[in-house]
Amino acid sequence: MAKNKTKSVSYLNILKDGIITKNPIFIQLLGMCPTLAVTTSVSNGIGMGLSATFVLICSNFFISVLRKFIPSKIRIASYIVIIAGFVSTVEMVIKAWLPELSKSLGLFIPLIVVNCIILARAEAFASKNAPIPSAVDGFACGIGFTLALTIISAIRELLGNGSLLGFNIMGENFSPALLMILPAGGFLVLGFLIAIVQFIMSKIEERSK
Amino acid sequence: MLNLLVISINAILIENFVLVKFYGCCPFLGVSKKSETALGMGMAVVFTMTIASAMTWLFNEFILKPFDLEYLQTIAFIAIIATLVQIIEMFLQKSIPSLYSALGIYLPLITTNCAVLGVTLLNINNAYDFITSVVYGFSAGVGFLIAILLLSAIRERIAYSDIPKPFRGFPIVLIAAALLSISFMGFQGLKLPF
Repeated sequence: MAKNKTKSVSYLNILKDGIITKNPIFIQLLGMCPTLAVTTSVSNGIGMGLSATFVLICSNFFISVLRKFIPSKIRIASYIVIIAGFVSTVEMVIKAWLPELSKSLGLFIPLIVVNCIILARAEAFASKNAPIPSAVDGFACGIGFTLALTIISAIRELLGNGSLLGFNIMGENFSPALLMILPAGGFLVLGFLIAIVQFIMSKIEERSK
Repeated sequence: MLNLLVISINAILIENFVLVKFYGCCPFLGVSKKSETALGMGMAVVFTMTIASAMTWLFNEFILKPFDLEYLQTIAFIAIIATLVQIIEMFLQKSIPSLYSALGIYLPLITTNCAVLGVTLLNINNAYDFITSVVYGFSAGVGFLIAILLLSAIRERIAYSDIPKPFRGFPIVLIAAALLSISFMGFQGLKLPF
């Protein structure tokens, strides 16, 4: 009974770490390319986030299963091949079922292979832990990633296009700040968001003292 | 010939690989603290991208296409790039030790630089021929080199300025990158005279 309890607590910790305290984007600053490139609209952001989450769960699980068979010298190459396998699956599924999403995400779906978050989780977590916790960790980081993408893309779509998920929110008279959906807007919004996160963190630290 | 020039100017300035297309943002933001390291990383990227473009094009044309295996592109290309980076590293270590010591630590990082995989996939998507692919790979690399050098120069200056506390570290770098990206937007008005 007691053992069960500690286990559930540690799962909760994994979830909390992945989503909030070690959020891959806002705190660990990993996976910048897709974060900046695809967040021009909320649907793109969510699509990208969920595809990466799927890859993260599967790759973490399988790398963890195989962790005792992969020689440590060639582990990075083996991880990349495993990840690439799942990315190809996602790529084909999206192309077949969601052709519009596939068109707007373009090259960034195959580029999930080289997303540093996935390799980082494989190296830092899945190569040292049992399969189920690894899958949970993949899920947590994936959701953290999706959440961050959703926030960034919501800000950019709202300011740059006056809409959310394609619905017009700001009304007729709103003149959109086109800069926000241009590449520069991505850097700008992420810069300000991380500054806000750092501000909140420093306030929390002050209070705990 | 002119066509190649247009493609290369396009890849370097008008659609800069990093600042406009967002390929390779991780090393762009991660290893741009000092100009020297940025130069090393940039050179290594130019080198790998050029060779990777050639290798993947040949592999796609002569192995994947005849056997209808094009859906394996992602896996095959990343495997080629990983091997290539390893081979380049070993080759440089043996034969050009001076270049190896300059690029050394940055070479392994290139495998996970999405600009390299991106350019090889773009070559195939755009149906470029062999020469065009190599030129495009090289120019995209040069675009990356210019962007990372500019950012590192800015960051060396930023290091001495008085920045509001929450903006210290990463946020100010992102904002500098945003301004750099805005200035590169100016090139979009560039009309090539041929």
